[in-house]
Amino acid sequence: MHPYATKADAGGPPGQLDAKDIVRTPKPRQWIGTVIALLLASMFVHMLVTNSNLQWNVVGHYLFSHTILSGIALTLELTLLAMLVGLVIGIVVAVMRLSDNVLLQRISWAWIWFFRGVPPLVQLIFWYNLASLVSSVSVGVPYGPTFISWQTNSLITPFTAALLGLAFTESAYAAEMIRAGIQAVNRGQVEAANSLGMTGAQAMRRIVLPQALRIVIPPIGNDTISMLKFTSLVSVLALPDLLYSAQEIYARTYQTIPLLLVATLWYLVLTTILTAAEHLIEKRLRRGHGGGPTGAAARQGARWRLMPSWQGSVPKAAP
Amino acid sequence: MAADAELAGLGPEGRTVTGEPVIAGDPFVTGGPLVIVDRVRKSFHNVPVLNGISFEVSAGEVCCIIGPSGSGKTTLLRCINRLEKIEGGMIYVAGRPVGVSVHGTKLREMRPADLAAQRRDIGMVFQSFNLFPHKTVLANIIEAPMIVKKTPRKTAIAEAHALLARVGLADKAAAYPDQLSGGQQQRVAIARSLAMNPKLMLFDEPTSALDPELVGEVLAVMKDLAEDGMTMIVVTHEMGFAREVADRVIFMDDGDIVETGTPAEVLANPQQPRTRSFLARVS
Repeated sequence: MHPYATKADAGGPPGQLDAKDIVRTPKPRQWIGTVIALLLASMFVHMLVTNSNLQWNVVGHYLFSHTILSGIALTLELTLLAMLVGLVIGIVVAVMRLSDNVLLQRISWAWIWFFRGVPPLVQLIFWYNLASLVSSVSVGVPYGPTFISWQTNSLITPFTAALLGLAFTESAYAAEMIRAGIQAVNRGQVEAANSLGMTGAQAMRRIVLPQALRIVIPPIGNDTISMLKFTSLVSVLALPDLLYSAQEIYARTYQTIPLLLVATLWYLVLTTILTAAEHLIEKRLRRGHGGGPTGAAARQGARWRLMPSWQGSVPKAAP
Repeated sequence: MAADAELAGLGPEGRTVTGEPVIAGDPFVTGGPLVIVDRVRKSFHNVPVLNGISFEVSAGEVCCIIGPSGSGKTTLLRCINRLEKIEGGMIYVAGRPVGVSVHGTKLREMRPADLAAQRRDIGMVFQSFNLFPHKTVLANIIEAPMIVKKTPRKTAIAEAHALLARVGLADKAAAYPDQLSGGQQQRVAIARSLAMNPKLMLFDEPTSALDPELVGEVLAVMKDLAEDGMTMIVVTHEMGFAREVADRVIFMDDGDIVETGTPAEVLANPQQPRTRSFLARVS
């Protein structure tokens, strides 16, 4: 016998072994683990059903109540608006970060540093109390006459304070993602655009950004789900979002646990929907990737395409 | 600097340091050189890559630049439309300094918008095609005419179809670049450049990234273009193309022009030992 051979190698001469005879390897540890997990899960479900403190009848009563549903509407509105404003600012900040202009670079660096560094909750309270810092906002000549002036308190409602805090935080994160997306676009794309006579701004807008944004759609989807949950912070500004609506009810009825359950269930439902949407988008993006000129895949590819397979090599910077 | 002082006085009757007249105005009218490369120097991280290159290309001429890799030929080509900045000397296309504006006695970098306007006249075809992957073939071609020249969409589309027919891809207008072979992509890239009606076409090793069986279709399009009277500067390893199509061959090595002349002179009867050893290696 060969010195390295073990008992498992003793198979006889070629011709006797056949891969089709392979049977499944027994996995006793996985079976034991499954039994334990099922046991724990059943205990948890048992607790959910039998623990009267959960008051499922109260949960059912409030699950579709008007207060809760309008709270969901506000939560969704804030999520979408904050993402939209955050992304628009994020694109601008990312482009500034990559510009040749040192002043713009520094400004965007400072923006990202500040809004990524300050917790959104602190920002929400700060924006809400802006009037204590500056009582009015004016348009006019610096240190000179003013043309129009607004009371800060009339400008900054709880909603705008919440929107500013959430959108600015998002803009800092989005800017970094978009910057990475822009840098992932092949340098040759800009060179091709420039050699066709496009200015830097035209090349950025028409050639680079569309490709960069496709690259960053998955992380942006992820951020949207985060944002949905971050909106629960606005309850400190007494904005009637999903969480605050639940709080409002249990402050009245003292049914704290069932109403937190109502909020939890809805947050889970909403994030599940968003996750599914994100998966769908990613799948369609991937389908466009190198799809080839056949049937449905090609037609999908026409609408959703990520990056092509780069043929050839990257142009040489040095000779 | 001496070069600056010389340039400062450049008018229609200006002269380079080498004493030759600089043609201001359209060389198609004046009959002068379309491209003047005058003592161009360039280095990367203090490693010199171009050591004072000078040559001229007349309107309608096809000029092939050959040489071993690392000889500076691609860099030289990229300097002509200022994808690379030169550190000395000057390049003129159609009588105007490339990427530089003259203000009395001072030279400044051109404003980005002016540089973009200058590049409209200089088409470039890359080794790696650099088609826009998120746009169809048609959209790739009409993009620059519509965005840069503000050509009406209908006109741009009609011109694009004509160009696609010319490069033999009339049926590929709706395809995306990654659905095409390398040879087809490069032909689209040529059509895309031609859509801007350039006076000069630069080709940077246009067939080097292609499978051998696809080289021919691209060279055929380039040959057709040359016969049509396009002024072309081609960096290439295709000696057959240089021999057949070029009016002039420039052999570069180590940042210098070693030898230049007609294909018959340089390729068939090289005078310099470096040219001979290079040609012996590639053929």
